Amino acid sequence: MAARAERGIGPRPGPMRTALHALGLILVLLFAVFPFYWMVTTSLKEAQDALAIPPVWLFEPTLEHYESALFRNNVLDALLNSLFVAICTTAASIALGTPAAYALARFEFRGKRDLWFWFITNRMVSPIVLALPFFLIANTLGLINTKLALILIYITFNLPIVVWICTDQFRGVPRDLEEAARLEGVKRFQIFWRIALPLAMPGVAVSAIFSFIFSWNELLYALVLTRSATRTAPVTATSFMSGYELPWGEIMATGTLIVLPVIVFALVVSRQLVRGLTMGAVR
Amino acid sequence: MSAGRGQGRLALPFLAPAVVVLLAIGIVPLGYAFYNSFTRFNLARPNDPQLFIWFDNYLTLLGDSSFHDALLRTLLFLVMVLPFQLALGLGIALMLHRPGLRLLRTLTRLSLVIPMATTYVVVGLIGRLMFNTEFGVVNDLIGALGIRPVEWLGDPVFAFIALGVMDVWQWTPFCALVFVAGLTMVPYEIEEAARLETKRWWRILAHVQLPYLLPGLTALLILRTADVLKMFDAIQTMTRGGPGTATELISVYIQRHGFKILDQGMASAQAIVLLILTIVLARLYIRLVYREVA
Repeated sequence: MAARAERGIGPRPGPMRTALHALGLILVLLFAVFPFYWMVTTSLKEAQDALAIPPVWLFEPTLEHYESALFRNNVLDALLNSLFVAICTTAASIALGTPAAYALARFEFRGKRDLWFWFITNRMVSPIVLALPFFLIANTLGLINTKLALILIYITFNLPIVVWICTDQFRGVPRDLEEAARLEGVKRFQIFWRIALPLAMPGVAVSAIFSFIFSWNELLYALVLTRSATRTAPVTATSFMSGYELPWGEIMATGTLIVLPVIVFALVVSRQLVRGLTMGAVR
Repeated sequence: MSAGRGQGRLALPFLAPAVVVLLAIGIVPLGYAFYNSFTRFNLARPNDPQLFIWFDNYLTLLGDSSFHDALLRTLLFLVMVLPFQLALGLGIALMLHRPGLRLLRTLTRLSLVIPMATTYVVVGLIGRLMFNTEFGVVNDLIGALGIRPVEWLGDPVFAFIALGVMDVWQWTPFCALVFVAGLTMVPYEIEEAARLETKRWWRILAHVQLPYLLPGLTALLILRTADVLKMFDAIQTMTRGGPGTATELISVYIQRHGFKILDQGMASAQAIVLLILTIVLARLYIRLVYREVA
């Protein structure tokens, strides 16, 4: 599709139009990058530069805020907690979600529509709806301040994403191979595991990326369910917000530490990311 | 449907783990919230028995103007940001779709990933920094245009607008990418023929591209509505719902009732109302956009 667009459609545009086109694109680029740029530069400014009136654009960079965020404010621990929770919940969601997606793509059965609807609703519902009762239950079971509680609750929004994306992917896997294997007497699960799943890997990868990013970014459940030892990175980011004199350098260093890995990761996999984001929305 | 029942037995082992887990951690708590919504249950008074009061919480909600205000505010926020996100998104999509300037287009497309991948909490933090009255860069930039500095986050109206600006920043790229996906669905021959006939981009848009953009548009309307109903993180770090309750959208409002006022009974009733709204949205979404399983 991209290649088709490159061929160019219609007559060559004049230089004036091309200039306008370039200007528009540059404005979009600046608009998209600027807040991120501002965060990163603020995190590198000395305190007096960060609070300068008017703001300074050129300055001597320093890494002191990163040092104090990582080692004095325990952001490092929070990042590791986030990483652990995101990996576990992604793995669990993939393990549970891919067989379900396969069943939804391959078999006709009663209640399929309702099941599908349930998954889609799960994607849209506000976390506060589940956070209220889940907090009470976790409290009763002694699961507050454990990573397990977070991993479990994160499955509720990641599993539907995995099912959604992978169902679509499994539908695209040709049935011929599976039919042939079935005539040879291969068991259903073997067919899923050895034939369908490897062919559906692009979809599995896309849903894993989403699952990871959503878990990494999640705040509300983490705010409600964790205390100091199990705090995730987004919760740490909210902890600066009291008092008048905010340590902006450290706040922005923390923000950068949380966001930068995701952005780098997202840029690397941007093709898959865009595919996953826009699927379902256009078909 | 007899064949359907036969395949149900085949599907069961594949579906069972996912369904059991979602039942246990998704539906059981939901049932508990549903039960709580019919009771008087306040964590601030742990010694009071949990009294079953039928529909009292719901009836109170019907007449509760603060709840209505929170819902209205959420709607107002949606109505404020959505036109910008859609219009800007469409503009960006058309620029990205237009031939020529290949490298610049690729760079711009990549840059759109940044707002989308930024953690919502951090979007709020950035907003709080950029919209600071004294040293914020926004006042600096509008000052260059000769506009007097604005006390953004201290003023109810301006705080609402500032939060909206950050939301537009974060979500316009998503709208743009959905529209780009729609534009690439237009058959090449049709688009080329149209371009030979007219040079005006808006005529091509209206007559050729529009039908391919409509499914994406419908999806965006519904998904964005669901997102605004969920919106919590960025508000939490940017304004905490303030000043007063000026930026307290519905999820923040319910969170305050459940975890700060600790009125779990009432907050559960509010959450159930929100859930019902979401279910209606999801139904609409399936009916209008995602017809594949039907």
